[in-house]
Amino acid sequence: MNRYPLWKYILILVAVLVGLLYTAPNYFGDSPALQVTTSKATVKVNSDTVGKVADALKREGIPADVVNLEGAGDSASVRARFATPDAQFKAKAALERDLNRDPTDPDYIVTVNLVKNTPAWMQALHAKPLNLGLDLRGGVHFLLQVDAKAVQDTRIKSVLSSVRSELREKNIRHAGIDRVANNVVVNFRDEATRTQAHNVLASQNADLAFSDAADGNDLKLIVTLKPEALQRVVEEGVKQNIAALGKRINELGVSEPVIQQQGRDRIVVQLPGVQDVAHAKDIIGRTATLEFRVTDDTVTPGTELSAAIPLNSELFTEGPGAPVVVSKDVVATGDSVINAVASFDQNQRPAVSIELNSEGGRKMRAMTRERVGKRMATLLKEKGKYSVLQVATIQSEFGSNFQTTGMASPQAAAELALLLRAGALSAPMEFVEERVVGPQLGAENIAKGLHSTLWGFVAIAIFMIIYYQLFGFFSVIALACNLLFLLALLSMLGATLTLPGIAAIALALGMAIDANVLINERIREELRAGNTPQAAISAGFSHAWATILDSNVTTLIVGLALLVFGSGAVRGFAVVHCLGILTSMFSAVFLSRGVVNLWYGRKKKLGKIAIGTVWNANAAGAGTAVKKG
Amino acid sequence: MEFFKIKRDIPFMRHALIFNVISALTFVAAVFFLVTKGLHFSVEFTGGTVMELRYPHAADQEKIRRSLEKLGYEQPEVVPFGTAQDIMLRLPVRKDVSGSGTSATVFNALCAAESGAPKQVQQTTDKGENVTRTSCVDAAGAEVVSLQRVEFVGPQVGDELAQNGLNALIMVVIGVMVYLAVRFEWKFAVAAIVANLHDVVIILGFFAFFQWEFSLTVLAAVLAVLGYSVNESVVIFDRIRETFRKERKLSVTQVIDHAITSTISRTIITHGCTEMMVLSMLFFGGQTLHYFAVALTIGILFGIYSSVFVAAAIAMWLGVKREDLIKPVKPKDETDGAVV
Repeated sequence: MNRYPLWKYILILVAVLVGLLYTAPNYFGDSPALQVTTSKATVKVNSDTVGKVADALKREGIPADVVNLEGAGDSASVRARFATPDAQFKAKAALERDLNRDPTDPDYIVTVNLVKNTPAWMQALHAKPLNLGLDLRGGVHFLLQVDAKAVQDTRIKSVLSSVRSELREKNIRHAGIDRVANNVVVNFRDEATRTQAHNVLASQNADLAFSDAADGNDLKLIVTLKPEALQRVVEEGVKQNIAALGKRINELGVSEPVIQQQGRDRIVVQLPGVQDVAHAKDIIGRTATLEFRVTDDTVTPGTELSAAIPLNSELFTEGPGAPVVVSKDVVATGDSVINAVASFDQNQRPAVSIELNSEGGRKMRAMTRERVGKRMATLLKEKGKYSVLQVATIQSEFGSNFQTTGMASPQAAAELALLLRAGALSAPMEFVEERVVGPQLGAENIAKGLHSTLWGFVAIAIFMIIYYQLFGFFSVIALACNLLFLLALLSMLGATLTLPGIAAIALALGMAIDANVLINERIREELRAGNTPQAAISAGFSHAWATILDSNVTTLIVGLALLVFGSGAVRGFAVVHCLGILTSMFSAVFLSRGVVNLWYGRKKKLGKIAIGTVWNANAAGAGTAVKKG
Repeated sequence: MEFFKIKRDIPFMRHALIFNVISALTFVAAVFFLVTKGLHFSVEFTGGTVMELRYPHAADQEKIRRSLEKLGYEQPEVVPFGTAQDIMLRLPVRKDVSGSGTSATVFNALCAAESGAPKQVQQTTDKGENVTRTSCVDAAGAEVVSLQRVEFVGPQVGDELAQNGLNALIMVVIGVMVYLAVRFEWKFAVAAIVANLHDVVIILGFFAFFQWEFSLTVLAAVLAVLGYSVNESVVIFDRIRETFRKERKLSVTQVIDHAITSTISRTIITHGCTEMMVLSMLFFGGQTLHYFAVALTIGILFGIYSSVFVAAAIAMWLGVKREDLIKPVKPKDETDGAVV
């Protein structure tokens, strides 16, 4: 009765082999490597870059083990592995020299790195080493939150100007447009005009909500931004920011940065190995917003500093285009900029080609139609301060695609393009969480986590073997396999291991032994009741199963609750906790039964089994224990 | 080897009242301390900045405190962390300074107090990663203080974490009750939750009484304990049901006594094993896992007590009957339903 069909043994064998395969990458040594990334939006890292790197290395006569492309899109990087640190060092100098035309403004950033020596066939199976969390390897962790208020502010400003221009376009006469808190209020003199305005605006803007109000004789139309529209803007801002951050963080030369969205409006940035918070923050926090505005023609150029500034205009004195007086109305903002690249115009003068989205293009066309020959200013708002990037004369009516010229050199054009793109980071962010862990502390944490798991395991193993003898040994095998499966699953899922995660592994092992204790106690009980060993094993396993299932489900409920509501450290704990329950059910019940069956199942006349003392109250009436094991 | 040579069923339920009174008193004491002293929440919940500094010699806490007061922090918390060289600072969120700049300002001030100057150091670790860090060196070029860890949490994040923690607790309670009510009977569900929430409150009571730091990891431990103790009660309830089925002549009290007696050896051994692992964490896990392990230890000890003496007794007083449990004849289908 205690025999498994062959397929069950095969299943166990396969599971163990898969477990070994996926934990194996963790045991391989590290080999020196280089990572080539770019911090420039104009430079792409792709398969061509791999070729370039390989060629450069060949020219210099430095043998590289592997040169390949990792990641895709903005997070792509080229990795090259070397046999010795010496080759790595030489290659770094060589690549920096060969790949970059201008050393002061490098296109590519070459970072030294260490990668695991995992064989290619294992990598092809996605058998990768476990990712270590920042608390284990040291580094900086930031949590950034998009400043929804600032986003709203920018949106309302643009609503204000689009309402104004649309009403003007349609020749609807209003009695003034104001911004009141987060609403745009349009005054009208009569009901008919208001209705007309309402219809025109509503047909053009799906994102706006309208309501009517009256104040004395004035009829008002209150225009508000729909909450879901605002939400969408925030979400788009987060996505845009993640893309922009990727490029900026490459500047820091971090080997494996993590940039992820968390929740609706937050971004997690993790920079392993980085310790200099101030510098990192400087680069990450370089949030800038871009605004295109028209200049105020009533002020003669050259007299800006002394002239009286009209009510609807502002004077800016910072930046290469300053001083200039511009209208408060924003024609288009950075979030309508799709791309900006340095190029040359038909006369081979340096220029920047700018592409706007359709909304920005429409506004731009409406504005330029009336203002050919007049000037437009490009403003960059950084940390609440405006700087005037450029003031250009509008040569003709244009829409989504246009070029701006007047730069002194191609470098200046490239710089402007970069700034324009930086300004496309439309949603300002603030740091809401920051964590720095020194590398030394990280190493200490790994050692602590490993030691506590190891010694706990050893203690349990010794106890189980003494108390339950051979069955205890089987239980320890099951527990060891549980650990193997758990690590393999974590590696397979690409989960990140943190110190609370290690604690969860230890706890999972401590709790998983429960199933084996239940089974072993049951078998003893069955023996006590006078069953034959084979029947006792069978009954013990089947009776314990229902209990094990029940108790694991309750534990799983806890794990899921932590997974749903937990964040950061708790989430890492919860993932391991949940996986640990699943693997323990498999190994403690299915696998340990397999081992027991293999050992005892074939013996037809089994006289006794080694499960330690089975003390029988009835037989021991005189106080002597009957030893069966 | 056999620890539990029990001849007769132990009459646990005879003394149920006394045990429950003890339990109730502990519970009331825990609630009292929770109310009067409150929990000492970590920055994760309150928002603020925690910094860990390492000095090459025993740190002068008074000096550090004075430097912080000069920066405008009233009663800054400066405590040694493990050794006399390691110092932990805990700074509250201040409205007048942006929280994320705190660590740099404080580090520079403390560096100046040690007559050092902040300096950028670039180095490549043995892992091959480029590390740039700000270190503080004196005129002789020796490092006078180094920053080990910084943790800044904005107040909005803290509020959210506290809310999420509460949500997790509620979800666990509801989830477990529903499962137990489906799998067993509502009386058991109520008994298990009451018994095990009382464990949770007692753990919290300990944290309030000793003013131990209550962090996210401790919260995880507390919830894990909740699941673990419920699991404990489930094992006993399972046995009660089985005994009801097998022994038709026994009274309810006898059935419960029998069920607890026959699972007691498993209870003690399992908890002993888990506790070995937890103690290993307590001894080897260092500061970060210290309170995690402490919470688990208290939880495991009270978990045994509450499942053995409290949960079953409450179920008994709620009036469990044989008929409550025997009704469903198809336990297999039920399992399937409950698991989904």
